[in-house]
Order: sequence, then C-alpha cells, then structure tokens
Amino acid sequence: MKSGVLNLVLKRLGIAAVTLLIVMFAVFFATSMLPGDTASILLGQAATPEAVAGLREAMHLNDPAILRFLRWLLGLLHGDLGTSYANEMPVATLIGGRLLNTMKLAGITTLLSVPLALTLGITAAMLRGSVYDRTVTVLSIGVISVPEFMVATLAVLLFAVYLKWLPALSSVNEAHSLTDLVRIYAMPVITLTFVISAQMIRMTRAAVIETLSTPYVEMALLKGASRSRMVLRHALPNALGPIVNAVALSLSYLVGGVIIVETIFNYPGIAKLMVDAVATRDLPLIQSCAMIFCLGYLFLITAADIVAIMSNPRLR
Amino acid sequence: MTMARATTSRRSFLGHSYSLVGVVAALVILAWTLVAILAPYVIPHSIGDIVDDDYFGPMRQGLWLGSDYLGRDMLSRVLMGARYTVGISLAAVSIACFSGVVLGMIAAVTGGWLDTCLSRFLDAMNSIPSKLFGLVVVAAVGSSIPVLILTLAVIYTPGAYRFARALAVNINTMDFITVARVRGESTAYLIGSEILPNIIRPVLADFGLRFVFIVLLLSGLSFLGLGLQPPLADWGALVRENIGGLPFAAPAVIVPSLAIASLTISVNLLIDNLPQKIRDRDA
Repeated sequence: MKSGVLNLVLKRLGIAAVTLLIVMFAVFFATSMLPGDTASILLGQAATPEAVAGLREAMHLNDPAILRFLRWLLGLLHGDLGTSYANEMPVATLIGGRLLNTMKLAGITTLLSVPLALTLGITAAMLRGSVYDRTVTVLSIGVISVPEFMVATLAVLLFAVYLKWLPALSSVNEAHSLTDLVRIYAMPVITLTFVISAQMIRMTRAAVIETLSTPYVEMALLKGASRSRMVLRHALPNALGPIVNAVALSLSYLVGGVIIVETIFNYPGIAKLMVDAVATRDLPLIQSCAMIFCLGYLFLITAADIVAIMSNPRLR
Repeated sequence: MTMARATTSRRSFLGHSYSLVGVVAALVILAWTLVAILAPYVIPHSIGDIVDDDYFGPMRQGLWLGSDYLGRDMLSRVLMGARYTVGISLAAVSIACFSGVVLGMIAAVTGGWLDTCLSRFLDAMNSIPSKLFGLVVVAAVGSSIPVLILTLAVIYTPGAYRFARALAVNINTMDFITVARVRGESTAYLIGSEILPNIIRPVLADFGLRFVFIVLLLSGLSFLGLGLQPPLADWGALVRENIGGLPFAAPAVIVPSLAIASLTISVNLLIDNLPQKIRDRDA
C-alpha cells in the first residue's frame, strides 16, 4: 500500500516538472514580445543602422525564437542567467542580494503569520458561532476582499500617520541596531502578515470545522472528553494534513503580495527589481525574476498537494 | 450548521429566503452598476477640469469628496472610475467564464486525450502567479483597455475551466447523459441542453467570486502603473496617482480605496449569503 502513496507523489512531481517547462516557455515568449527592438534601444537614438544590425547579430537576436529559448534554457542549467541589458552586469550578481532581502521579508512574515493564523483559525473553529468567531471571520473576509495595496495604505495611515510609531518607507542600508531593523521591516511585514494570515485563517478554520463534524469527534464528546481534549487530541491530528496544505497554499500568496508591498514601501527586493526591469525593458532580468517567482510559487503549490496526498490515511 | 443559520435574520421572497446582509450587499452592487452606466450624465465636473486652487482639498460643499493631486474634482473621478473598474472587470470575467465553462464541459463530455491535454495546459497556466502574468504581458504589449480585458480573461480562464470541468464530470456520469448519448445527440446538444442547466447555479456563484479576483488584480495592476493610462483612471489608478496625499490622510486616496472595498466585499457577502440551494456545488 505504501507504494501507492509513492506513486502518487512521483506522479505529482512529474506534473510539476512538465508545468515548469510550460511556464518557462510562456515566460520566455511573453518577454520576447516586448515592443521595440532591443538592439536599437540599447544603442540609443544616435546609432547607425549598421551598428544596430551588428549588435543584433552579436546578441543572436536574428535567430529563430525556439533556438534562443533553448540557448537560454541551457544557460539556466549552467547557472548562467545572462547579462542585464541596462547596466551590463551579470543578472546573477544583480539578483543575488535582492533575492536575499526578499527571502528575509518572506521568512519573517512566515514566522509571524503561521502561528498567528493557526491560533486564530483553530480557536475560531472551536468557538464556532460565537462573537469571537464572527469577528475573526468578518475581519478575514474583509482583508481578503480588498487589494493588498489598500491593506498597506491603511497600515501606513494607522502606524505612520496617526500613531507615528514607524516610518512609512523602508531602506535596509541604514540598519545599525535592532530598533532600526524593527522599524525597517515593520511596515512591509505587517502588511504581508495581514494578507497571508487572512487566507490561512479561513482555510484552517474550514479544515478544523470539517474534522469536528466527523463521527469520531462526536464519539469523543459523547464519552465525556473535555472540549479542549476533544479538539487537541482527537480532531487536530487528523486536521493536520489539510492545515499544512492550507499553510503552503497561503504562503504562495506571498508571491503576489510581495510585488505590491516591495513597490509601495520601496523595499530593495527582487520584486522591486523586476518592476523596475519592466520599465527599462531589461529582458534577461525580467526573465530571471519571473522564473524565480514561478519556481517559488510552483514549489509551494506542489508541496501543498504532496502534503495533502501524504496525509490522507486512506491512501496509505 | 442550523444553529448558526437561524441567528441571522432571513426573509422570504420568491420562494427563497434571503438574509439581510445579502440584500444590503445586492443593493450596493446595484448602486455601483447604475453609477457605472450613468456616470457620464451625473458627474458635476469633467474629469480633466481643474476646479480647485488647492491640491488634496478636503471635503466641502461643491467638492463633496475633495480634490485630487492636481485640484480636480474627486467625486467625478471616482464616479467615472466605477465605469472602468466595473466595465473592464465585467467584460474580462464574462470572457473568462464563458470560455472556461465551455472548454470545461467539452473536456468532461469528450474525455480522452483532449481532456488530458487541455487540463495539463490550463493547470500549467494556473501555476503562473496571476500578478506576475499580468505584469509581464502588460509590459510586453503595452496597456490599453482591450489588452487589459484579454489579459485578465486569460489569467482567470484556467480557474473557471477547472471548476466547470469538476462539476461537469459529475453530471456526465448520470443516466440521462448516457440516454442522450445513446439517442445519438451531438456534443453541442449534450453540453448545452443536458449539462449546462445542471451546473449553471454554482457556475454563476463562481462567476461572482472570479469577478472579485479580477477587480482586485486590475486594481493592483493599475496601482503599479500598468493598468489604465492617464488621463483615464480606474479606482486602482486613482489610489496610485493620489498616494502622495497619504501622509495628510486626504480623501482623494481614501475614497477610491473604499470604493474598491465596498464593491468586492459586497460581492463576497452576497455570494456567502445566497440561499444554499443556489450556492451548493452538487445542487
């Protein structure tokens, strides 16, 4: 029976690999459609037609798209991300530090939002129908229903304008002490935590409620187990799979959230780098950034699916 | 379940019972729809006219929602913004749901390699984060209303497909489908007359949810400066261009945000409060 689970997991990984290939294809061709001739953009207005033609030749821009795609793919496999058009630096160098910044932001958000969301979600499910549960539900629907930039705007209004606790903009370069660090990360992390937690609370609450309505939980209640024992010992271990699934899925919202949050708070991360690269039409940079985001997203949703498969005892 | 339901007040109308929250939400949606249709006839000032000497003016008589960063009338701009936000989102969600549902039903009825290929391909599309997809495409081909509508539609077609296919696969195993097949009916007849009537209600609820996603994504893109281009402005673009008023809590930046929130929260609440009969997946 164990091989059944293994097969399903392998199949899921296979699907993820195929998906990755299609996604790479899509990213490459979408960016190839960028208007304007890259060579003439690079050389500026004063360029002679001969110079443009020469550069096109040197950059292999005249080759068919499929050939350029394969060359790009081969480069990726060797860890060669190409050279930025805008400032002639290797893309890997440009991305390196920025990626670290974004990972820090995402990591801190995860550490903060997962315990918070799980606590709120599970307690809301336990106290279902109470004022507490209703408040949590309405608040999380509210946060889900509004765009991320609005959560960010409201957070700035509250913490930076009215309470004056925190600066509205963040810049990692100025961190000298712990308080500096807190002040820098606070606004972006608060905004992201709100967005991610709202999703997670809803999914966790739904998962626990579903488990609580099963016959064996009712049995535990009937045999006289206390309410907390019923939830912690009987329901939670069985709801763990769906909850981890919910956590992974919610974390994939980080990808979208981070784009808005880094832009609004001017945070020097990879999403800001990409939005700027779109403005300068820096193809290799856009492609690499897009690939990193897709990779992270794909990793999280695949992880969510695999956890769901592994936690289903009927498949074991 | 019944206990939680009983506490919300419900009234009966046309055989269904509606909760008060649902009715209020429906009224808000109706109001924004009317605004979107009638905006050009009711705005007090043209959206380009500079009517205030001051920028980020406060709310006062004549300028009911204050003025924006150039001293233009905010009320007129928000009303016209409704037209773009609601119009573009509605067009996009219609295309997305129509193509998604039709493809989903065809895949479920036909099965075989067509089903496998479509599902694989659309699942892959679904694994591209929506905001990233929008960012890349809009940057690639420039931003205009038709491009925005098509991009948003393409992003949300896979979701509609997945949802409709899952529903249609269930219906497809029913006896009346087998009977229709044996009768020799065409695929077009099967999906149009046998499957669609049985999945239309959950599909409509899904339509509403997808509309919310599209409004949020469109606002997000506009906020990044990749949506509607000036002088046109939807609600997301209004927030972006007036973000400088944030430190003074100017109405120019708060009002469009509230407009987005009121629309999306209303649609969510309306769907949450629909009678179980309509909302249910396996109705």
